Amino acid sequence: MISDFFERLFGSREPVSRNTAKQRLRFVLAHDRSDISPQNLEKLRQEILEVVSRYVELDLDGLEFSLESDQRMTALIANLPIRRARSTPLAADSPVVEATDAKIELGNEPVDLDNTVEEASETADIPLD
Amino acid sequence: MAMNRIIVITSGKGGVGKTTCTANLGMALAKSGKRVVVIDADFGLRNLDLLLGLENRIVYTALDVLAGECRLDQALVKDKRQPNLALLPAAQNRSKESITPDQMKKLVRALTKAYNFVLIDSPAGIEMGFRNAIAAAREAIIVTTPEISAVRDAVRVIGLLEANDVKAMRLVINRLKPAMVEAQQMMSVKDVQDILAVPLLGVIPDDEQVVVSTNNGEPLILDKELSQAGTAVSNIARRLQGEKVPLMDLSVPKDSFFTKLRRLFD
Repeated sequence: MISDFFERLFGSREPVSRNTAKQRLRFVLAHDRSDISPQNLEKLRQEILEVVSRYVELDLDGLEFSLESDQRMTALIANLPIRRARSTPLAADSPVVEATDAKIELGNEPVDLDNTVEEASETADIPLD
Repeated sequence: MAMNRIIVITSGKGGVGKTTCTANLGMALAKSGKRVVVIDADFGLRNLDLLLGLENRIVYTALDVLAGECRLDQALVKDKRQPNLALLPAAQNRSKESITPDQMKKLVRALTKAYNFVLIDSPAGIEMGFRNAIAAAREAIIVTTPEISAVRDAVRVIGLLEANDVKAMRLVINRLKPAMVEAQQMMSVKDVQDILAVPLLGVIPDDEQVVVSTNNGEPLILDKELSQAGTAVSNIARRLQGEKVPLMDLSVPKDSFFTKLRRLFD
């Protein structure tokens, strides 16, 4: 309560989500408006990473790669945090290694579904008073 | 026995909180250890990616999977904060007619192999997008607010779900303002439930924290200390899994000297 009061008085030190919202909105709108398909953007990203990774070791978790636009133009913004430089650059055809997941294919074979979906009334038995 | 649940989240009316519910419920179920995939069925107007904060990780969409341009797992966006959660994104530059109910069933069928819960976020309306969203569902969560327009649309949707053999329906009443209900200026939980006659799954109070969470793309469920709305969704996730959780106390606290004092500064 008291801290609330002081926050009101002096302004909160929490990061303001309003700016985050504006930033994120600009970003998605740039993507929605651009004619680059997500696949091509991904290819572009891969290729840029490949080139950069030959010379420096990148922190793959901290990568940012996005389109941003204001009213006039769209820009490609890349933020590629460097772990360390490579003393000898890698060969031109070494690809970036990224984790892959188990494959899920579309098929027509039936799947075991749980046939005992609980009675709605049973789980939703909430005392109202 | 594998436990697979296919649940559509729908409302008829737009803006009542379907997508927010889907994002948070998905996160809550994932947090409880279930493998969860959330499907954005709002082709052309996708937003589930934004609410989950996964918008810049989309490469392929459900349409690319159906066109054979990628495998299903390649289109799934895995949540790095919660590895049990994945998103199947909708295409943004296409219309609701770009996918058929049969195609949706095919996608869902494949996903049930790898996930315990498939949550389908339905678009507003009762047209093609809605038909696609409910096609594969075996259960439905109807989201409504205590407003006459939202409840009216919910009635319509309940009828359509029944007609389409989605019989296991549950109700979530969103954005309830307890002070207004107490002042008899808003329909109560009971009022809404009386009209809709669908078992109640939960009540989410109106909470400013929802706006902040949406701004940041961080579902309420990720907060270290859960907000009121976050607790409500977490309770909903538990009830969905058969646990009996009493409705949280939403009664308005009596004004103390300090709350009165604080009002002066509000």
